[in-house]
Amino acid sequence: MRPAIFSVCSDPSTLPQWQWFACYLTTGKHLAFYGSFGVVLLLLAITAPAALLFGFGAAASARSHFAPLSWLGKLYIAIVRGVPDIAFFLFFVIALDQGFEWLRHEIKCPDWDQPIRQGNDFVVCPAAKLPLGTAPQWVHETYGFFLAVLTFAIVFGAFAGNVLYGAMRAVPRPQIETAEAYGMSHRQAFWRILVPQMWVYALPGLSNLWMVLIKATPLLFLLGVEDIVYWARELGGSKTARFTDYPHGDWRMWYFLVLLVFYLVFTRLSEMVLTRIMRRLSHGQATAAGEAQRRSAGGPP
Amino acid sequence: MSCWQTVQDYGLRAIGIGERLLPRDDFTLCQQFTLIGSGMMWNIYFGLLALLAGFFLATALAVGKSSRHRLLRKPAEWFIFVFRGSPLFIQFFFAYFLFLSLKGVSPFFDAFTSAWLGALVVLFFNTAAYSGEIFYGALLSIPRGDLEAADAYGFTGWNKFRKITWPTMLRLAWPAYTNEAIFLFHATTLVFFSGFPARQQRGDALYYASYFADKTFNPFIPYPILAMYFILLTLTVVSVFGLINKRLNRHLPTERRRPLRIRPNLLR
Repeated sequence: MRPAIFSVCSDPSTLPQWQWFACYLTTGKHLAFYGSFGVVLLLLAITAPAALLFGFGAAASARSHFAPLSWLGKLYIAIVRGVPDIAFFLFFVIALDQGFEWLRHEIKCPDWDQPIRQGNDFVVCPAAKLPLGTAPQWVHETYGFFLAVLTFAIVFGAFAGNVLYGAMRAVPRPQIETAEAYGMSHRQAFWRILVPQMWVYALPGLSNLWMVLIKATPLLFLLGVEDIVYWARELGGSKTARFTDYPHGDWRMWYFLVLLVFYLVFTRLSEMVLTRIMRRLSHGQATAAGEAQRRSAGGPP
Repeated sequence: MSCWQTVQDYGLRAIGIGERLLPRDDFTLCQQFTLIGSGMMWNIYFGLLALLAGFFLATALAVGKSSRHRLLRKPAEWFIFVFRGSPLFIQFFFAYFLFLSLKGVSPFFDAFTSAWLGALVVLFFNTAAYSGEIFYGALLSIPRGDLEAADAYGFTGWNKFRKITWPTMLRLAWPAYTNEAIFLFHATTLVFFSGFPARQQRGDALYYASYFADKTFNPFIPYPILAMYFILLTLTVVSVFGLINKRLNRHLPTERRRPLRIRPNLLR
């Protein structure tokens, strides 16, 4: 067992209440619980740009003049419409895992003659297992986290693609026509005119998406990552004196209350930051918000 | 075993009627279709009841939030903020453990620890908060001329609200409210993956889909089946709400009617 942080914690049963709590809240498992908040933030930090990238690819390909590419982009965007997202999460985690193993299987064991699906089992050669059976625990955990990030990026990429596609269409048409009149090619007009201008139209949708992404993070638990939900269930459950120095009843309600408050605070903070960004981006834009800013700054009507 | 036999055995399995044991091996396509379809009953039950009850609370919340009295406005604002600002998943967990500890206080809360009531309450509050915000936005965008005309005709108080404000609010909010309904149905899949236990393996569609995916280790069959059911459900919701939308807009000249546009950007 980890040595306690405070030396008084060696015999918790004799402590007065506030000290007991100070000791209880700094046990090794609780430190892991606090660390898992970091996991959530890490997931957000990696997923948000990845999803944006996926979404940008989807939106750009949906606009493509090459029909199959455009269908592919539109299909990707459309497919998340009708189906519950949690089903996607559960589906992709297994499907991606099997996909990777199958690919490695094809490359590493070309002379394997048994079928991959044997009844209810999915069998690949040992060298193709992901992670390898001999890999240490942290590799397994990192791989699980990586799968989760990829799943999030795929699902949210479709959402972001939808937003960006709309934003690209919202950029006034004459802007592109002017660019073409100046002799820019399609590609140039796309990168120099359309992309810089679309963000102000995309931001309301993207900030909505950010909120949604924050609220989707507890689903990490369903993907088998040891996140805050996992630890809250683990630590909150009632403990008897036989297994721990800190016996207590069923406190899961309080742990989940903490999570609830964490998410509320996080959402509120994000809201405040996004409002500021929106104000900055609207500055000087030919939109209603930009116009209102100009008026209030005392510009000519 | 014929497929019809399977339907008889498992068609109502989700509500505890029929064969008690779930299939354990030799899974057929028919079994997967039947059981996942049977689970859809729970999704429809949760979605429909929460939507119906939530509609009224949402109206109250919208009126409360736009009220000038602090005592009415603040609670409505906080209610909407709490339920919109936190993940539904966490709300389910918290509610379940809350009911679990309240159970010790009074036997009245016994029923709340099972999904059919406890999860329904959470979904009801949740959808009320989301729709309340939608209705509030619509309330703010009612054309001032409509209200002035109502005043000029001598409408006041409840009569004015019932005959003028409320129908106009609904008409303006309806496209967004349709989205909310769709995503509420999607959100019902979370119930049996949060704290609420599926007693005797009576679960919803996703519960059975993931059961099959776990047992067969093949996600490519059950999840597309689930997707198909949900797309059907979504289409039904869209067409029903489209009919209501038509009725709400029937007094307007054709060119001012707003068609329904479904914009998917929600997940709780």
